[in-house]
Amino acid sequence: MKENLEKVIKEICGKHGNDRSKMMDIVSGVHSQLGHVPGEAMGLIAAECKAERIDVESVVSFYAFFSKEPKGRVVIRLCNDIVDQMYGVQRVAAAFKEELGIDFGQTTPDGKFSLEWAPCIGMCDQPPAAMIGDKIMTWLSSDSAREIVRTLKECGDPSKLKHTLGDGNNAHELVQSAVSNNLREKGAVVFAPMELGAGLAAALSVSPTDVIKKMISSRLRGRGGAGFPAGMKWEFTRNAAGDEKYILCNADEGEPGTFKDRVILTEAPNVLFEGMTIAGYAIGSKQGLLYLRGEYAYLRAFLENVLAERRKAGLLGKNIMGKGFDYDIRIQMGAGAYVCGEETALISSCEGLRGDPKNRPPFPAQKGYLGKPSCVNNVETYCAAARIMEKGDAWFAALGSQGSSGTKLLSISGDCKRPGVYELPFGVTLKDVLERVGAEECIAVQVGGPSGQLVSKADFGRKICYDDLATGGAIVVFGKGRDILEIAHNYMEFFCEESCGYCTPCRVGNELMKSRLERIMAGHGESSDLRYIEELGLTMKTMSRCGLGQTSANPVVTSLKNFRSEYEKRVIKREDGMQPSFDIHKALETSEGITGRKSVHFV
Amino acid sequence: MTKPKVATTSLAGCFGCHMSVLDIDDRILKLIELVDFDKSPVDDIKEFTGRCLVGIVEGGCANEENVRVLQDFRKHCDILISLGDCAIMGGIPAMRNTISLQECLDEAYKNGPTVHNPSGKIPNDPEIPLLLDKVYPCHEVVKIDYHLPGCPPLADTIWQALVALLNDKPMDLPYELVKYD
Repeated sequence: MKENLEKVIKEICGKHGNDRSKMMDIVSGVHSQLGHVPGEAMGLIAAECKAERIDVESVVSFYAFFSKEPKGRVVIRLCNDIVDQMYGVQRVAAAFKEELGIDFGQTTPDGKFSLEWAPCIGMCDQPPAAMIGDKIMTWLSSDSAREIVRTLKECGDPSKLKHTLGDGNNAHELVQSAVSNNLREKGAVVFAPMELGAGLAAALSVSPTDVIKKMISSRLRGRGGAGFPAGMKWEFTRNAAGDEKYILCNADEGEPGTFKDRVILTEAPNVLFEGMTIAGYAIGSKQGLLYLRGEYAYLRAFLENVLAERRKAGLLGKNIMGKGFDYDIRIQMGAGAYVCGEETALISSCEGLRGDPKNRPPFPAQKGYLGKPSCVNNVETYCAAARIMEKGDAWFAALGSQGSSGTKLLSISGDCKRPGVYELPFGVTLKDVLERVGAEECIAVQVGGPSGQLVSKADFGRKICYDDLATGGAIVVFGKGRDILEIAHNYMEFFCEESCGYCTPCRVGNELMKSRLERIMAGHGESSDLRYIEELGLTMKTMSRCGLGQTSANPVVTSLKNFRSEYEKRVIKREDGMQPSFDIHKALETSEGITGRKSVHFV
Repeated sequence: MTKPKVATTSLAGCFGCHMSVLDIDDRILKLIELVDFDKSPVDDIKEFTGRCLVGIVEGGCANEENVRVLQDFRKHCDILISLGDCAIMGGIPAMRNTISLQECLDEAYKNGPTVHNPSGKIPNDPEIPLLLDKVYPCHEVVKIDYHLPGCPPLADTIWQALVALLNDKPMDLPYELVKYD
């Protein structure tokens, strides 16, 4: 047994060149072979890669998809984000629990199944959804949950689950997925047809610095949410010292309610890879990395195939299009960590480390992946870059609004008739968007996911763009009767789970925020609690180390700002200075039980 | 004009913070020119005699008696200060918060390696205040107006805070008085 384990580890480590920076792939390989990564295996991996055991263990313990303890052969991960909650995930959860005879977080005694909750898996437009192994099942009901378990009990193989195939490339022989694109409106930038190599050919016909000039004059801004000018980032990376540079693509969309990258990866992967290749040429890089979130593992084989076809067509590899430019792209899989969508955490993860954010400066453009200058952009940004080269910078700059050129992909879900992906020009009003998606009787909209803001009717006339309502693309619609505080609470639970724990304002701040919110929800809130929330939110925003903690108080802070009456009607005003949340009788219960006598002070 | 009154108490604390109050040295003479002490171990007045401007609380709440006293302080004091780490976050006594109350008592009176207790009984005289399920910081029981951290807070910190409050000035404590590393 032991020898066998050694053999397995040696083989997997060897396959990755015993390179500790490939720790994600090594751990993932061992995990899929053994079903978990036991302590013994960690020791062996460390020895093979000349790393410390703690280097291995920190990776295994950090990522949700890795485990030290044996897991079931099939892991069922049911998505519990707010949209799934709204669409009855609790009924599905009850069916899974009953059918498997276990609770969430447990494994069946026969070792066949584990049942877990998962934060947003990128399927909010088809909820409730779950990952059954790598397989995604959507629009679940209690009946289909039972059916899934029964089938798996018979065959044990998630790929044998019966479902209708999704539209477009979801039905591709390498995908075979139940996922639907729900691509409702195609715009001119990302989803318009593009002839293979058209953008790249245009780029290679001019000098790299001219490509960057075009990016700058197109006024393209990063699509991940922060909106940093892409051309400027490319220029910084190009001008940074060093000849080894990297192009990183952030396909780790984990913001609850976001699923636009899923559709790009399924329907427009060539536009994306074209954009990454153009970036490589402009910046002077030979290697690109696509960091693909673990939840989208079902797309991996398909994407690898697209890359292989591009190599065959001379669009990747040596001497691209006969212009003497060498460049290739590899896929780096994530393993279930929201924080890895933060660019420095993403770099840590690519380097085979825990997904901890890094200190800035130095910025990735100066010192990024493996300490080399690196350009990290969103999937959508690279797509836009390819289109800019194809159609021209002036064409692109004329789309959208003055401060925000081009189009934006919006992932829209929640209480609306037509959830899905919409590619719309920047500057469109929220009201217009809500009409397109069929959101009637909408009381609140979460713009930009939980780290964005919860806006009320008063703000529906505002525009989607960087100068007004900035968003990475997630829009969740809440209809009449939804509880604002419950929405905020669901998002706080998410952040408590996903904080990497490195810095105190985020690790502790999120917990404090959540418990104070719970106090208000339980009816023990006091009007001073509202001020506490605002102050705590400000501390988290100003003191946290990365974007996660800097924005994670937003669900509570912005809903308090925009829906103050919802909070005010839930808090009491006490003049006597006592804390309504303190219950002396409850605090004395245990003691009264142990001593057999009653309190003399508090009867 | 009558002098403003100050009350102090030590709940689940070690009296270290009170020692730190005494550590203001000869300024204590100035202090009694400025204020009268009401309920406090300093003058051994057991119960409040009237309204106080400032209440200083050392220690968190570990038992029902602590809660009663703290609520009494809130009722009688305009301004309430949590003095020191135990009042602010439970401190050393709160180390029991991760262990069940029964287990704590068993360890203290039966199983501990230095325990000599042939009867095996856990003290349970009606005079002994009932323990709370866990140790609570003061601000979870009543509203607290100021927190002065430290274990104990420096005498200068306490002095300057008091002087500011008594003169109705903002409590601008210099960095040196509130840094702990």
